[in-house]
Amino acid sequence: MRRGMSTFNFVSVALGFGFLYLPIAILVIYSFNASRLVGIWGGWSTRWYAELINDQAMLDSAWVSLSIALLSASAATVLGTLAAMSLVRAGRFRGRLLFTGLIYAPLVMPEVITGLALLLLFVAMDVDRGFWTITIAHTTLTMCFVALVVQARLLNFDTSLEEAAMDLGCPPLRTFLTVTLPLIAPAIAAGWMLAFTLSLDDLVIASFTTGPGATTLPLRIYSEVRLGVKPEINAICTLMIAVVALVVTAASLFAKFSATRERVLPLGAQV
Amino acid sequence: MSDIAPQSTVLHSLSPMGRGRGEGDSIDRASPAPSPQPASPRRGGARARTWFVLIPYLWLAVFFLIPILIVFKISLSQTALAQPPYTPVFDPAAGLAHLKDFLAKLSLENYAFIASDAIFLLSYLKSLEIAVISTIILLLIGFPLAYGIARAPRRWQALLFMMVVLPFWTSFLIRIYAWINVLQRDGLFNQVLLATGIVDAPPAWLSTDIAVYIGIVYSYLPFMVLPIYATLENMEETLLEAAADLGCPPWQAFWLVTLPLSINGVIAGALLCFIPIVGEFVIPDLLGGSQTQMIGQTLWSEFFANRDWPVASAVAIVLLCLLVAPLMAYQHLQARALEGRP
Repeated sequence: MRRGMSTFNFVSVALGFGFLYLPIAILVIYSFNASRLVGIWGGWSTRWYAELINDQAMLDSAWVSLSIALLSASAATVLGTLAAMSLVRAGRFRGRLLFTGLIYAPLVMPEVITGLALLLLFVAMDVDRGFWTITIAHTTLTMCFVALVVQARLLNFDTSLEEAAMDLGCPPLRTFLTVTLPLIAPAIAAGWMLAFTLSLDDLVIASFTTGPGATTLPLRIYSEVRLGVKPEINAICTLMIAVVALVVTAASLFAKFSATRERVLPLGAQV
Repeated sequence: MSDIAPQSTVLHSLSPMGRGRGEGDSIDRASPAPSPQPASPRRGGARARTWFVLIPYLWLAVFFLIPILIVFKISLSQTALAQPPYTPVFDPAAGLAHLKDFLAKLSLENYAFIASDAIFLLSYLKSLEIAVISTIILLLIGFPLAYGIARAPRRWQALLFMMVVLPFWTSFLIRIYAWINVLQRDGLFNQVLLATGIVDAPPAWLSTDIAVYIGIVYSYLPFMVLPIYATLENMEETLLEAAADLGCPPWQAFWLVTLPLSINGVIAGALLCFIPIVGEFVIPDLLGGSQTQMIGQTLWSEFFANRDWPVASAVAIVLLCLLVAPLMAYQHLQARALEGRP
C-alpha cells in the first residue's frame, strides 16, 4: 500500500477512533463522579470504588468468573492447539470438510443457538447445571478461537527444524516438546489470553448453562444494567478496562521481547 | 497478489502478540507431518498421534454437534408440563420398540405454530433487516477507516492497528453499557444537543432502533476493519504506481485496482458481522425497544419466559437454516485460506 494520507484518510481515521473511544472515556470519567445522578457532575470522588469493595455479591461473582475463565482457557488452549496441529499437519483426508467445519462453525454460530443446544444437552445428560457446565461450554467455544490463532502461526512455520531434529534421531514427542512447542509458544499464549477474555466476557452462553450458585460477573452486571445506569457499575467497568489495558500492554511488550529472541532461537535450536 | 486468509489473519492480529508472524518462511502445506523412513516403532507413534489429535474433534462432536442434533429432535417434540418440559423423551434403554414409538410421536407442530404466528415472521424479518442495514453501515465506516490506517505512515500503523484491536479486548457488555451512559435522557449526547440548540427538548434515544444500530455498529466495527485492513496492507503498491504511470487518475485507480483487490477482505468482514448480528440478543435487549423484537430475543423469551422449549428449539432450527448459506460461504473462504495463500 502506498503511504501518505490524504485529508479524507485522516478525517476518517480520526472520526473512527473518536467513535470507538469516546463512550469508554465517558464511562471512565463518570465512574469518578461524586453525584449519584448520572447527568450531573458533582466533582471528583472515589466513593463508588469504596462501595464496590463492600459489595460481597459482586466480589463473589468476580471470583466465579475468574475461576471459570482460568479453567476453560487452559483446557481450550490444550484442545485448540491439538486441533490446530491436525488442521495444518494432517494434509488431505476424507471427511476433512466435516473436521474443519466443526472448528469454524462455533466461531460465527449465533450464541443463542450454541447456548440453547448446550443446555438441552446438559438436561438430556441429567447433570446439575452450574460452575462446571459453564466451564465446559466456554471451553467448547473458545478452543476454536485458540485453534485459529495457533493455526495462523503454524502456517508460517519452518518445518525443516523439526525434520532436522528427527533426522538426528530425536523421537517425535521430544521433537514436539523441544522444537515445535517453544516456536509456537507466543501463539499459544495469545490463544490462551483470547480464550480467557472471551470467557470473562460471555453473557449469553453463561445464561443458558448456569445454575444455582454460579452467577458470573457478566450475569450480575447484566441484571443490574437492565435497571439503568448506576455509578457502582461504572466503577467496576472501569476496573475491568484497567485490568485489560494492563494485560494487553504487558502482552505486547512480551511479544516484542520474544520477537527479538525468536531471531536468535532457531540458531540455538540447530546446535 | 496474495489471497488473504480472512479470519485466521483477523484473529491472529486481534491477539496482542499476533503481529510477529510471517518472516517469509513458507512451508509446503500439501505434505503431511514430517515422517521420514517409516520405521516400525515410529509407525506406532504415528497411530498414537492420530488418536491424540482426534480428542478435540471428539470434544466438539459431543459438545457442539450432538447438542445441535438434540435441538433438532426437541423441535419435533411436544410441549409438556414436566421436567424436562417436552415429550417424547428418547430412552435408549427401552429398545427398538420404544424407538418406533418415539419416531411416531415426532411432529411438525412447532414449525406450523411458528409459521402461523406473525410474531415469529416479524422477528425473523426484523433481524434480517437490522443485520443487512448494520452490515452496510459497518462497510461504509469500516472501509474508510481500514483504508486510512493502511495508508498511514509505517511508524504510526502498528499503533493505529492496536487502537482498533484494543476495544475488542474490553468487555462487550461494558461497551454496550457505555452507550447507555451516553444515550440516556440526561446523558451526554442529549446535553450536547441541548447546549448547541439543535433540539429544544431531550429526545429519547434508548429503546429505539437507532440505539440498536449504534450499539451493533460500535461492537462489530473491529470485525469489519481487520480483514479489510489485512487485504489492503498486503496489496502491492507497484500496482497503483503502474496505474498512475499509465495515466489513471487516483479515484479511478481506487475503483479499478484497490477495491477489486480488497474484495476478499470486504466479503470476510461482511460475513463475520452479518451472521452473528442476525442472532444478536444482548444489544437489542439493552438498547432496543419492545415494539418489534429480533429473533434472538424471541427465542430467549420463548425459552426463559414461556418455558416452551420445543418452540424455542424450532425457532433456533429455522434461524440455523436461514444462516446456512452465509455460513457455507464463510466456511469456503476459511477452507481456501487454509489451503494456503498462493
